[in-house]
Amino acid sequence: MRLLTHNMLSSNIKGVEKGFPLRIEAEKVVEKPVEMNADFLRKMFEKVEWKAFVEASRSMGYAQLPEEVDSGMLESDEFLSRFHHALLELHLEEGALVCPETGRRFPVNKGIPNMLLHEDEV
Amino acid sequence: MASYKENRTAQIRLVSSHNEVYEPCDDSFALVDALLADRTNLLEHCPTMCMEIGCGSGYVITSLALILGRERGGVNYIATDINPNAVKVTRETLDAHGVDAELILTDIASGLENRLAGLVDVMVVNPPYVPTPEDEVGAEGIISSWAGGENGRRVIDRILPVADHLLSEKGWLYMVTLTANNPSEICLQMRKKGYASKIIIQRSTEEESLHIIKFWRDFDTTVDEVTDQSLIGFLGSLLAQIPLFSLWRGSNSNDNC
Repeated sequence: MRLLTHNMLSSNIKGVEKGFPLRIEAEKVVEKPVEMNADFLRKMFEKVEWKAFVEASRSMGYAQLPEEVDSGMLESDEFLSRFHHALLELHLEEGALVCPETGRRFPVNKGIPNMLLHEDEV
Repeated sequence: MASYKENRTAQIRLVSSHNEVYEPCDDSFALVDALLADRTNLLEHCPTMCMEIGCGSGYVITSLALILGRERGGVNYIATDINPNAVKVTRETLDAHGVDAELILTDIASGLENRLAGLVDVMVVNPPYVPTPEDEVGAEGIISSWAGGENGRRVIDRILPVADHLLSEKGWLYMVTLTANNPSEICLQMRKKGYASKIIIQRSTEEESLHIIKFWRDFDTTVDEVTDQSLIGFLGSLLAQIPLFSLWRGSNSNDNC
């Protein structure tokens, strides 16, 4: 699971109002390089919730992202490269995503988050 | 042409399998053929985010990634399935073809709805569309891959509003339906939400027809592009009364095709 996906996930438990972001418990993180596409990054920049992204990145062991950003930074290769790395090259293979409101753990196994709810959570 | 297709779509010999996961069949092939037929449009469309709901063996999402992926980087793929074996098999199929997608084990798009709203440029769905008793809908294992309840519409009717919510302004949805699902009524429902539609591929057997429908937002739509609507409506109501013996889904065995 990449951090891009993490940034798109929120707790789906019935009644939860503040289900984003899910807190990451990282047991196994893997880095897989992938080619950078600046256009893609610029588009994603508009949609990523930055604070959650920085926090999540730290949980995965990468702390090289600026705390605050503005779109001017997209001109910087250095910034793009760090953004790219955190967004697309870090994979949570084993661990969990934790609902910020209820503490419920959604396991992540072999890079796949399990968001299936139990009957009483639907 | 077989050799043309080989590079563009997933290869059956590389598609992983599991006895509780739906193997690629006529409906999967028809959906991928529809994507191939629309390839030029898809490339011009420059989608950023593509999604499959119900990835099964991974045949379709892998094919979509191959159709789009080689020519441009910068496309993100997401696929979901409610069956844990399906996401596992999909990962194997993606790996075997050297393409990648983010996989999530979930019911339709549960967990993604808030943040992914309005971001999906291409969505593909081969839903559980077979008319079955209600209690088979969502049943564990392979049954959930085809069981569609009354008129085979139960899961389709849950997917459509989710698709509407997740699709971007320029978003396209490709969906597999049977005549028994009443596709013209589906198109009418979608039109009310501002979507135009077109049947890209239709494959018929003696008993049933598969329709691959493409939906896109078009608030100016006044004419339904589904051709010969009256005929489809008549056939639809006629066929809906015939007990469905799908040639390509064996409900009591795993001989899908």
